[in-house]
Amino acid sequence: MSLVFYLIAALTVAGGLASMVLKNTVHCALALTVAFAGLALFFLNLDAQFAGFAQILVYIGAVAILVVFAILLTKGSETPKDGVFSRTWLAGLAVAAAVFAVLGWAILHTAPMLPGATPAPAVTVEQIGQALIGRYVLPLEIVAVLLTAALIGAVIVAMHEKEGTK
Amino acid sequence: MTPLAGYLLVAALIFSIGLAGALTRRNAILVLIGIELMLNAANLNLIAFWRYGPHPELLTGMMFAIFSIAVAAAEAAVGLGLVISIHRHAKTTDLDQMNRMKG
Repeated sequence: MSLVFYLIAALTVAGGLASMVLKNTVHCALALTVAFAGLALFFLNLDAQFAGFAQILVYIGAVAILVVFAILLTKGSETPKDGVFSRTWLAGLAVAAAVFAVLGWAILHTAPMLPGATPAPAVTVEQIGQALIGRYVLPLEIVAVLLTAALIGAVIVAMHEKEGTK
Repeated sequence: MTPLAGYLLVAALIFSIGLAGALTRRNAILVLIGIELMLNAANLNLIAFWRYGPHPELLTGMMFAIFSIAVAAAEAAVGLGLVISIHRHAKTTDLDQMNRMKG
């Protein structure tokens, strides 16, 4: 485990934690961007350059901006007076802690069997493109249809209803 | 500890943070943010298994992660559209106040 790994892990976990505990919703969205950037750095650290830059483009470039737009359109930036956490926050926290305990236990018990460090795989963007239009062409087409449907669906759902047409 | 175990632990931690946020926050947008964090933690697992797996040249885990990113983007767009629509209808994004199925 190198120093770089610990630095990126600290950045990502701090960003994720801040995006879930801060009171102001806009600050949460900005902390979320930090967490996404940390995950992109993880992907680059794992020699998955294409996935890392796709993460930066899609999450920091699109999803984070979309979240900020949604917050500003719904007046979510105003901090509610009666707290930001739900009435059942204790149960939610307990469930999350239990999930982490189970996952951590499973990982630590299988850690000796996991493969160790291997040399970095040499993967070029050309190989990824060949795989996308060769072996993975059907999922690619399905994702294209899904994105089109999601785009049209999101516009229709969020479109302003005219008075009396309900 | 092998590098793979470290990545899996960090992914489990991010997943749990996202789950805790999705279960405890009142604002519907922050619940969506929590779900996005959970999806990203799963992506980190996929990439880590691809990197340290026996056949990285087959690109299976990387392709899975790339498709997962695309599906998560579609999910975010539809989810935020729904939140805006609900806010227009109910004038709130507070999930504790949304307790009716009929508008």
